[in-house]
Amino acid sequence: MIRRLAAVFHARNLEFLRDRGTLLFTLLLPIMVVIGMSFVFGGPQRPLFKVGVLGAAGDVRTHPFLSERYVEFVPLTGRAEALRKLTHQQLDLLVDFGDGTRYWVNTDSPKGYVTEKLLLAAEPGARREPVTGKALRYVDWLFPGILGMNMMFSCLFGVGYVVLRYRKSGFLKRLHATPLTAFEFLSAQVLSRLTLILFVTAVLYAGIGAIIHFHSAGSTALLALLAVLGALSLIALGLTIAARFSSEELVGGLLNLLTWPMMLLSGIWFSLEGSPRWVQWVANLFPLTHLLDAARAVMLDGAGMAQIAPHLVYLAVTTLAFLAFGAWSFRWRID
Amino acid sequence: MSTPLLEVRNLVKQYPATTAVDGVSFSVPEGICFGLLGPNGAGKTTTVEIMEGILPPTSGEVRYRGEPLGARFREDAGILFQKTALQDFLTVRQCIALFRGLYTHGLQIEEVIRICALEQLAARDARKLSGGQQQRLLLAIALVNDPAVLFLDEPTTGLDPQARRNFWQLVESIKARRKTIVLTTHYMEEAELLCDEIAIMDRGRIVAQGPPRRLLREHFAEVLLELPRAEFPETARALELQLIETSDRVEITTHDLEGTLRSLLAAQVPLHNLRVRPPNLEDLFLELTGKELRP
Repeated sequence: MIRRLAAVFHARNLEFLRDRGTLLFTLLLPIMVVIGMSFVFGGPQRPLFKVGVLGAAGDVRTHPFLSERYVEFVPLTGRAEALRKLTHQQLDLLVDFGDGTRYWVNTDSPKGYVTEKLLLAAEPGARREPVTGKALRYVDWLFPGILGMNMMFSCLFGVGYVVLRYRKSGFLKRLHATPLTAFEFLSAQVLSRLTLILFVTAVLYAGIGAIIHFHSAGSTALLALLAVLGALSLIALGLTIAARFSSEELVGGLLNLLTWPMMLLSGIWFSLEGSPRWVQWVANLFPLTHLLDAARAVMLDGAGMAQIAPHLVYLAVTTLAFLAFGAWSFRWRID
Repeated sequence: MSTPLLEVRNLVKQYPATTAVDGVSFSVPEGICFGLLGPNGAGKTTTVEIMEGILPPTSGEVRYRGEPLGARFREDAGILFQKTALQDFLTVRQCIALFRGLYTHGLQIEEVIRICALEQLAARDARKLSGGQQQRLLLAIALVNDPAVLFLDEPTTGLDPQARRNFWQLVESIKARRKTIVLTTHYMEEAELLCDEIAIMDRGRIVAQGPPRRLLREHFAEVLLELPRAEFPETARALELQLIETSDRVEITTHDLEGTLRSLLAAQVPLHNLRVRPPNLEDLFLELTGKELRP
């Protein structure tokens, strides 16, 4: 079995590597994404520091600190929300000038350290309230989404169309005339695509991570495990579509039917917090949602195995379910 | 009596609109080349694909060495389909290696390459082969497991005469290794050259079966005379002859060669382009099915 699986695995890898167009696209896409990201998140110089100023709406303050240059002062009304932003370093300092000046500073933030010095120079007696928390930028939040999106397209279309092409050309029929089983064939396809996906994802992770200076808060090994399970689930989902059908239009339509809702609802671009309950329920059906939620928990909040275990279990269970359905409904030839 | 290598029993294959195979039974002894002949749509490819285990029958069964088709058969069978696409971007050697990897036992890759005369093409992209070269590669793939039984489904359809003869030589060399071959073809010349036994199919049924020479003996006691139609005068049509006219020639079937020749001379039919030949499988086919071949 291993020998047969290895033979198909090897041949599929050779085919992929020699398909210059697809290979070029697969390599160019991550590079283009990296370049695009550097443009989007580069740009003109912005104020160096951002300080939240607590107070009622319409308050007009005069304080020597408020005349500091290179500091953007942002009026805020809700302390809890302001503190959350400070914790994630979306603010460098939070100041309340009412009833004796009081300020909150994130001791993990270098900018917080500098703005604190500026405030104390203006008012040495201000009361200090320390908080802690790592910086969270939108790009950090988006980063897992970009990786997941790339993974989703590669898994679904890469597997779906390849198997369809094999069936249409009669290559599957020829393989059927050998001792190769459907399970062995499908497993070889899954492993081949998984190897490719993990490589591309690792390149993207390192490339984009270097450009946006991203450092995961959690374990890289756990992220790797998550990537494997997420990719397996998505590849297996692609196989359920490719297992039976012979029409390119139908398979293309079905793949789009899966990818577009995932693009919109799995939290690639924006969080679904606050969206209707049914939308969240539908989103939770998609493997990509679990992959991204778990990836963000690990990468942004440093979650461990225990915290993301439900997501891992969901991905593993869907992988097995999709593979079982794919093997059951698999057709070697056009009926 | 020894168990035949392959035994086909009451095979039926029905589709919603048609019955492709309608109660076919025959057996294939070990070590022969068995030919399944018939026009397009006769049911021969369907029959062979059921024998190969690719297609399930509606009813009936195929037995290999006395047992239903199973894992042993898949290891022992080599198959060359009518049309087969291979994986893209692989060289000839890599295509062979892929299929060699699917079998537990078999020949060395280099040996298969040598048998099929692919040495010069081994490093070439398999998509860039000519029709004849492609068929040699597909034959090589069918031989990688050193099969006990080799299925060749219309292997020379679409090849030029040179490539066809080259392929026949390869098949003869495989026959010489005492392999059992099941060949479907609608080229009667191919069947006459390669087959030890044939079955002629039409409309899903077998209409004749046996060694080619025996079938010809059984069905024909006559000889055939062929004349160019343009040289056959109207007056000669009044002669009491068994005539078949085609677009360019007149065929006369007769038991009495000398008497027929005398009649033709008396009718002043020019005989310098006369051709006398014994009946062949094509004649037998037409005799049995009443149709022209449909290549």
